[in-house]
Amino acid sequence: MTNHWIDIKNADAILIMGSNPAENHPISFKWVLRAKDAGGVVIHVDPRFTRTSTQADIYAPLRSGSDLGFLGGMIRYILANNLYFKDYVVNYTNASFIVGDKYAFSDGLFSGFNEDKRAYDKSSWSFVKDGRGVVKKDPSLTDPRCVFQLMRAHYDRYDVKKVSEICGTPEADLLKVFQSFAGTGTPEKSGTILYAMGQTQHTVGVQNIRAMTLVQMLLGNIGVAGGGINALRGESNVQGSTDQGLLFNSLPGYLPAPPASMPDLKTYNDKTTPVSKDPRSANWWSNRPKYIASLLKAMYPGQELEEAYAYLPKLDDGKDYSWLSLFDVMHNGGFKGFFAWGQNPAASGANANKTREALAKLDWMVNVNLFENETGSFWKGPGMDPAKIKTEVFFLPCCVSIEKEGSVSNSGRWMQWRYAGPKPMGQSKPDGDIIYELFLKIRALYAKEGGAFEGPIKNLNWDVASGNAYDPHKAARLINGFFLKEKTIGDKTYKPGDPAPAFALLQADGSTCSGNWIYCQSYTDKNMAARRDRTQTPMQEKIGLYPSWSWAWPVNRRIIYNRASVDPSGKPYQPDKPVIEWAGDKWTGDIPDGPWPPMADVEKGRYPFIMNAEGFGQFFGPGRNDGPFPEYYEPLECPVAQHPFSKRLHNPTALVFKGPREERAVCDPRFPFVCSTYRVTEHWQTGVMTRYTPWLLEAEPQMFVEVSTELARLRGFKPGEKLIVESARGKLWAACIITERIKPFTVMGQTVHQVGIPWHFGWVYPKDGGDSANLLTSSVGDPNTGIPETKAFMVNVRKA
Amino acid sequence: MSGKSFFIDLSRCTACRGCQVACKQWKQKPAEKTANTGSHQNPPDLSAATLKLVRFKETAVGGDFKWLFFPDQCRHCLDSPCKLASDPVIQDAIVQDPDTGAVVFTEKTKGLDINLVRPVCPYDIPRVDPVTKIMYKCDMCLDRVRSGMLPACVKTCPTGAMNFGDRQDVLAMAAKRLGALAPRYPQAALIDARDVRAVYLTLYPVRQYHAFVQAAEAAPGNFSRRSALALLGGNAPRTRT
Repeated sequence: MTNHWIDIKNADAILIMGSNPAENHPISFKWVLRAKDAGGVVIHVDPRFTRTSTQADIYAPLRSGSDLGFLGGMIRYILANNLYFKDYVVNYTNASFIVGDKYAFSDGLFSGFNEDKRAYDKSSWSFVKDGRGVVKKDPSLTDPRCVFQLMRAHYDRYDVKKVSEICGTPEADLLKVFQSFAGTGTPEKSGTILYAMGQTQHTVGVQNIRAMTLVQMLLGNIGVAGGGINALRGESNVQGSTDQGLLFNSLPGYLPAPPASMPDLKTYNDKTTPVSKDPRSANWWSNRPKYIASLLKAMYPGQELEEAYAYLPKLDDGKDYSWLSLFDVMHNGGFKGFFAWGQNPAASGANANKTREALAKLDWMVNVNLFENETGSFWKGPGMDPAKIKTEVFFLPCCVSIEKEGSVSNSGRWMQWRYAGPKPMGQSKPDGDIIYELFLKIRALYAKEGGAFEGPIKNLNWDVASGNAYDPHKAARLINGFFLKEKTIGDKTYKPGDPAPAFALLQADGSTCSGNWIYCQSYTDKNMAARRDRTQTPMQEKIGLYPSWSWAWPVNRRIIYNRASVDPSGKPYQPDKPVIEWAGDKWTGDIPDGPWPPMADVEKGRYPFIMNAEGFGQFFGPGRNDGPFPEYYEPLECPVAQHPFSKRLHNPTALVFKGPREERAVCDPRFPFVCSTYRVTEHWQTGVMTRYTPWLLEAEPQMFVEVSTELARLRGFKPGEKLIVESARGKLWAACIITERIKPFTVMGQTVHQVGIPWHFGWVYPKDGGDSANLLTSSVGDPNTGIPETKAFMVNVRKA
Repeated sequence: MSGKSFFIDLSRCTACRGCQVACKQWKQKPAEKTANTGSHQNPPDLSAATLKLVRFKETAVGGDFKWLFFPDQCRHCLDSPCKLASDPVIQDAIVQDPDTGAVVFTEKTKGLDINLVRPVCPYDIPRVDPVTKIMYKCDMCLDRVRSGMLPACVKTCPTGAMNFGDRQDVLAMAAKRLGALAPRYPQAALIDARDVRAVYLTLYPVRQYHAFVQAAEAAPGNFSRRSALALLGGNAPRTRT
């Protein structure tokens, strides 16, 4: 989230699209309803009318997978009707940037596409620079090569009629949503967008979010209270896990994971540290050498920086290591062993039959989990012959989150300390202890027997335990970081062991360590995440900022990009809900994005989007793999042969695989219905925790499929009867729910039926509960993140 | 006696079922073996093991589709028909707590006939354990309330649909909320507020939510059911006035 949960209450309009917070984030609705109480408008855009829709002032249905048409239409509507916040767009975004002559877009393809590689050469997606190396701008936004004009031309195709044709959303509903949300384009209004997996689990997932960002920047809704782009995270600590480098392509604190072509730290720093020639751009990532040095020192305090860097594993250049690719390699027999730690891939991963087959190609697997699940027991699952499976499975019982101490980082980036509740049951252990002991064993084996590449094992700092038990406080101190050598900064001298007060004081010379620079300041002289103080200044009280409750990264900033919430002189655009304000010599309110004065100070002022090299919000985003502007493509399985925006049916750069498990259905009469997967309030993830919780299982006991009354009539379905839902990859049974909450769509002049299934069930327990929705989904993914397209695919539904 | 009351604001209910589960957890009630019969409502009905149930209903109001939720529970009537009907059979099998006004089924209810007690309830709440024959329903979490805590369903509600407190405060809160909603929802109403301690705020006509939202005089379906029982020669149900 750019903002945080409480801040939802400050919104004048709440666009909920690709999420179902009333069901999946029930507590969030406390704040949604507060906004509504204060006169805010709640808009829900979703293929199904859900528990969220019941509270919406406006509900608009759209066919699963057509979101970019909807959002492209909204961008066009805002531009065509001059509803954008012009000062914001001119001053804070790259709308005025001049794009180079080589950039072009034609019929669904951007310049630089290589059909064989299914990839773009992005060099033509660049800006024109002046003699100093600063990007050329046209603040009048009239230059035909400025981003604003290119964007206007790009989205001119997305008129309401075409959008309605492809999304299946009635034109009147589209206009209602566009008008209502675009109403937040005035300076004093703000609108927030709440999204979740309904927006990301597509082969255009990243561009869906980019399109939302374009809308929010046009309306001046980034950085303000009640605004922002807010990802509702699907696990209590998934924000924390990505912060700490869970993903293959990032080290802790979103430092890029080094590829083999960057063999030493100097090369890494030279190649990954952005440079700006504009003196008014803060270009915060220019500090990257300090953060990587501090991370290396947290891991290897006794080594020189270059040696520590040499220890880091390197990615093969150009190779994808995301989930789908890993399981594809596993399916081809490329791995011997696998740790499935706190996850259940046999039910959670797309194309579950492929995943289950892949597990059978391993020599061993370690499953760390609370309960028996479909992954640990895959060898005795449906269609498996245990006698023919060589994989040796080890099950390590871990304890549940409430049984252990540590921090959880919520969607709003709040790091919240939790104390241990009940004692762990039986011989279950905290994950921290399991990995602590595991590494000690590995190190002891290395000491005894030797092994490949000994240095990283021998020298790793493993001082994260007290009395042979994992110590979350020690780990938290290391993540915060401390001085390793005496260092004088300004007029203050820090001694070895002194905590690093904030990331601005981290050093590139190896004199500081910090396990994660964005968490620096979280554990200083005290555990900031454990704070439970409701004190606020009167200004902070206006927006419910609560800056002394827990701690938020970065540096306790609650609303990021908040320098964009004020005009160039530092006055809040929204005096009733100010985030920060320039008091003549300092900022008040939230922690600003840097201490510099507002932009009107031509010498010391800085642009607000400090994490971008140029300092501006990016309408034109040259970094993505599938284009600088979001562009409409159909899901890789879809019910139409063409769409109104170009002749390119699918995202030409989508992540795809070859093999017998990769069949896909496009306009295939065997699989005529659009299907989406989702969650219900009563279950969580693959249901491993909730299916074993009797009161929750009682409320949602079995796999179901929701179908419209029209489809039920067409196929003669009866409520509650078992139906077979099947795709090109698998099939499952589901209890039939016939509902008015799903209606057939008219798409490109044809009736398209939509159905939906939850993904919480699995064959292990309960025995009559059904199996995973992912038996049906396909292993295709977004070209930027690899996230699978599990929200839109084609199925058939028939009587069992 | 002013006692305690619930205010159940249906305009804020998202059917998250936190109340339904929290009730079972506090009361340590077993889960029922359920199946998906084509509805999200589960268990299908109140029972001796399910004292709080969120009912789901798809309907149309004035041609507009609505999905309505009704977190059903005992209303804790000020003059409680179940107690009035059963006291002549077994005195104080059903008691009323003098401090809170909570109507509580005791173990002595096993001596009562459910066919006497259930039909007289205007809200169709009482249920019997088929094995022990003891009758069960919400007891206002009297143990919690006496310890200064909120009922489990209220404590867990994330949206403010479930509210609880001193009766006069709760009625004031209900009236204020009704006033705020009335301009936009002209059919909004507080149901049987003078007679019960679980006051529901409805946005649409009561029959749209469930058959037993309001006492019988406004709910003819209930009346006909009771008439039928009377015709079968059972105990004549007491009519509330």
